[in-house]
Amino acid sequence: MYTQAMSVGPQDVAAKAKSAEDAAREAAFEARIDAGDFIEAKDWMPEHYRKTLVRQISQHAHSEIVGMLPEGNWISRAPTLKRKAILLAKVQDEGGHGLYLYSAAETLGTSRDQMLDALHSGKAKYSSIFNYPTLTWADIGVVGWLVDGAAIMNQVPLCRCSFAPYARAMIRVCREESFHQRQGYEALLVMMQEGTAEQKAMVQDAVNRWWWPSLMMFGPADKDSPNSEQSMRWGIKRISNDQLRQKFVDATVPQAQILGITLPDPDLKWNEERGEHDFGAIDWAEFWRVVGGDGPCNRERLATRVKAWDEGAWVREAALAHARKQMNKEQAA
Amino acid sequence: MSSTDKEWPLWEVFVRSKAGLDHKHCGSLHAPDAKMAVQMAREVYTRRQEGCSIWVVLSNQIVASDPGEKGMYFDPAEDKVYRHPTFYLLPDAINHM
Repeated sequence: MYTQAMSVGPQDVAAKAKSAEDAAREAAFEARIDAGDFIEAKDWMPEHYRKTLVRQISQHAHSEIVGMLPEGNWISRAPTLKRKAILLAKVQDEGGHGLYLYSAAETLGTSRDQMLDALHSGKAKYSSIFNYPTLTWADIGVVGWLVDGAAIMNQVPLCRCSFAPYARAMIRVCREESFHQRQGYEALLVMMQEGTAEQKAMVQDAVNRWWWPSLMMFGPADKDSPNSEQSMRWGIKRISNDQLRQKFVDATVPQAQILGITLPDPDLKWNEERGEHDFGAIDWAEFWRVVGGDGPCNRERLATRVKAWDEGAWVREAALAHARKQMNKEQAA
Repeated sequence: MSSTDKEWPLWEVFVRSKAGLDHKHCGSLHAPDAKMAVQMAREVYTRRQEGCSIWVVLSNQIVASDPGEKGMYFDPAEDKVYRHPTFYLLPDAINHM
């Protein structure tokens, strides 16, 4: 899954008084970026680059972990054993993706516990798409098709991110993610081709509810993404929010036709001149409301995470106590 | 107890993708002890038959060269082209040597 726009978050002040030595290091760093070099964790980097990455990678990791909730919710209610096994594997993948990403962020010197604290205290964001509820089984298919589809669109360019540990994690994530989208689309195909009228209506209803939030996953319009420019310069971001959104719309329209559903946008149509689709205006007020904490499930999602963390505390402590005891025993022997 | 005392130690994970190949670093994870680290590495890094053998080692036990001295350390090999077979031009008749 994916984090939306890193543009969502406090802005750092990049410019500070620099020593001559720092200025020289920064120039050397910029030269490496311009030459297309990868930056490794132990290499010197400007503080602002480090902070931007910690924020983006940890948000991304949080999104993977919180993203397990709307789908995990359906594991026990999946219609067949096959669908249950698929959904379990997918949700486990999301957990794995979160772990790859937390590890990548930790190489920058922020501990796992610090990142989790930031999530649990509400200080850190995660993709607001997961603050929408999964009401029916069709939602699970649509999440795979649209939400994971948008995520892949967003994540593929990140495989070329200038920060190598992030790029390596993303290569792994992208390789695993394509099954996520395909399984979702296939589940919807089955409902549309073999389902009852009621089941088909269920798919259309789920698409109606997820379409606009999926488009919002790419983050604010370019003109409203103040952090984007610096991220592009540093090779953290490769393609702009609006360009990615357009690519997603253009890729999704034919898929919707094959599925036999209607995308809920009367302004959506092919523009011969531009060679891409026009689409209607996004309700950014809703986006900011959900980012700000007032989506349908924000409180529930965060409360579930905090509860899982708190209730698991004794397991973490017991495992560590056991390991220490074993180590002491070995040393005494 | 401070927060870091409560955090499980960090392990680096190396996976052999198939017999005959070497173990390759693939990432890291937190685990309370070595046994759990191997088990969790299986769950996190080999869900799709990516490996047939796993090594884990505590991250703080790895000794690494200094990235700041990369140039001083590795550049001397740059001008020693005679260490490569292509440096030696031989007649076509025996050029597969």
